Amino acid sequence: MSSNMVAILYLISALLFIFALRGLSHPESSRMGNIFGVIGMIIAVFTTLMFKSVLSYYEIGAAILIGGAIGSFIALRIEMTALPQLVAAFHSLVGLAAVFVAAAAFYDPVAFSIGKVGSIKTASLVEMSIGTFIGAITFSGSVLAFGKLQGTISGKPIVFKFQHLINALILLLIVFLIVLFVINQSPTIFWTIVIVSILLGFLVVIPIGGADMPVVVSMLNSYSGWAACGIGFTLSNNLLIITGALVGASGAILSYIMSKGMNRSIINVVLGGFGGEQDTSANKDNSDKIVKQGNAEDAAYIMKNADSVIIVPGYGMAVAQAQHALREMGDILKKDGIEVRYAIHPVAGRMPGHMNVLLAEANVPYEEVLELDEINHDFPMTEVSFVIGANDVTNPAAKTDESSPIFGMPILDVEKSQSVLFVKRSMATGYSGVDNELFYRDNTTMLFGDAKKMCEDIVKSLSA
Amino acid sequence: MEAHSSEVFVIGLTVFFLACIIGYYVVWSVTPALHSPLMGVTNAISSVIIVGAILAAGPQGFDTSKIFGLIGVILASVNIFGGFLVTYRMLSMFKKKTKKTKEKE
Repeated sequence: MSSNMVAILYLISALLFIFALRGLSHPESSRMGNIFGVIGMIIAVFTTLMFKSVLSYYEIGAAILIGGAIGSFIALRIEMTALPQLVAAFHSLVGLAAVFVAAAAFYDPVAFSIGKVGSIKTASLVEMSIGTFIGAITFSGSVLAFGKLQGTISGKPIVFKFQHLINALILLLIVFLIVLFVINQSPTIFWTIVIVSILLGFLVVIPIGGADMPVVVSMLNSYSGWAACGIGFTLSNNLLIITGALVGASGAILSYIMSKGMNRSIINVVLGGFGGEQDTSANKDNSDKIVKQGNAEDAAYIMKNADSVIIVPGYGMAVAQAQHALREMGDILKKDGIEVRYAIHPVAGRMPGHMNVLLAEANVPYEEVLELDEINHDFPMTEVSFVIGANDVTNPAAKTDESSPIFGMPILDVEKSQSVLFVKRSMATGYSGVDNELFYRDNTTMLFGDAKKMCEDIVKSLSA
Repeated sequence: MEAHSSEVFVIGLTVFFLACIIGYYVVWSVTPALHSPLMGVTNAISSVIIVGAILAAGPQGFDTSKIFGLIGVILASVNIFGGFLVTYRMLSMFKKKTKKTKEKE
């Protein structure tokens, strides 16, 4: 195959990837988009297999089959609630693959036409080491994020003194190592770069708390793209550069949206270390305030007599796997002619769009699921807000209390609805550590208990 | 994929920046409801890195580079199959209010 033919096929593949992302602008076009992505990947793989230098079809075929079987098995078996962990795990593999490809290029530069062992072109060495560096960070950062999301590692942020200084010094060390590597092309230095970058990846994610994971997961998504880009430059492969840039941009935008949803700056995100200020929040003494407590029957009664209900789900719903029971509750209410809608805060859950997927899994039609901007002005006209497993994203302190750590965060205005039902396990504060004054209002009823159990009980009361 | 001259690098850089801009506009047009599937798809397509791994695993015989290449192919394949399939699963759940469910009511 001529090099022009290869370039054209790679271009088609890149265009198909762009269409794959473009398809996600609407649920209806998204399925076709995914198919475009698959076709693009098939074209890319087969084009590469046609290269004259590629001869070991059996080994490569076996490797694809092994990897494909593992990937398919995991993807088909995974519970939708475990999606954030899965995505983190997949990111780590992209990072690791980038490291291996860079290492392969370093050990056999002839196969990639970038020079000979010991005399690889300088530009290639720089690109190779940057690809390795980003790949290794993506790998270890994602492994740690996976651990935190899975619960094998505590989700609590781990902070220590001079954290940023240490990270900055390690970064400087890596720059120094890269310069050294470019000069002497030593394998020892190559692997030192890998190890130090892995260490840096751990250190970057370690101070980040569980509830801030949406930002981290998107950030690592972005890194995995830049790693692919780095390898693309090393191999002078436009397909890798284009795809890497698309993925990098995607992750960066998601991180931006997520950090905006928490009113944090993108710099803050890149530096890491947030979610560590739990203790600083001044908890006002609310012990003398009265909380109105209710049970499932009260909740059923309140909702049955309403015209409109907005459901606000949060991470608590995911943990309790309450989405199916919740949808059942919604269905009964709808049958009674009550308008039921769902309001999703950008940072609800543990990854971007987490709540949407869970509600979709429970067969909630996507037209009923609305974003913050779309639904926020409807709360004043709403009779009941049903908040399930969410807390901080409804806290009016974000608007009124300048001293609050969540001040400035966009919130869902559930306070403006006529009455609020809060499903919570206890009076504990959310991840920000801030007390929610909504709990003490006259029109608020607290429903203590497991989210799933509570929904099931409400369903029973409603159908009784 | 011939000589790695500065010209090739500049072309790469051009492609890179144009792709970033395309990525910027395309991703902003993604509806927030589909942000999870977006991560699934980007995960799968970033594994196009398999192209590099195949080149490394391509030559006959066995050496360090080939082994690294094959490991790269396995890792990237996990992601490609896993990423596309999990995205497919997610997307197939996003349903409209169909007439069927209305009839049931």
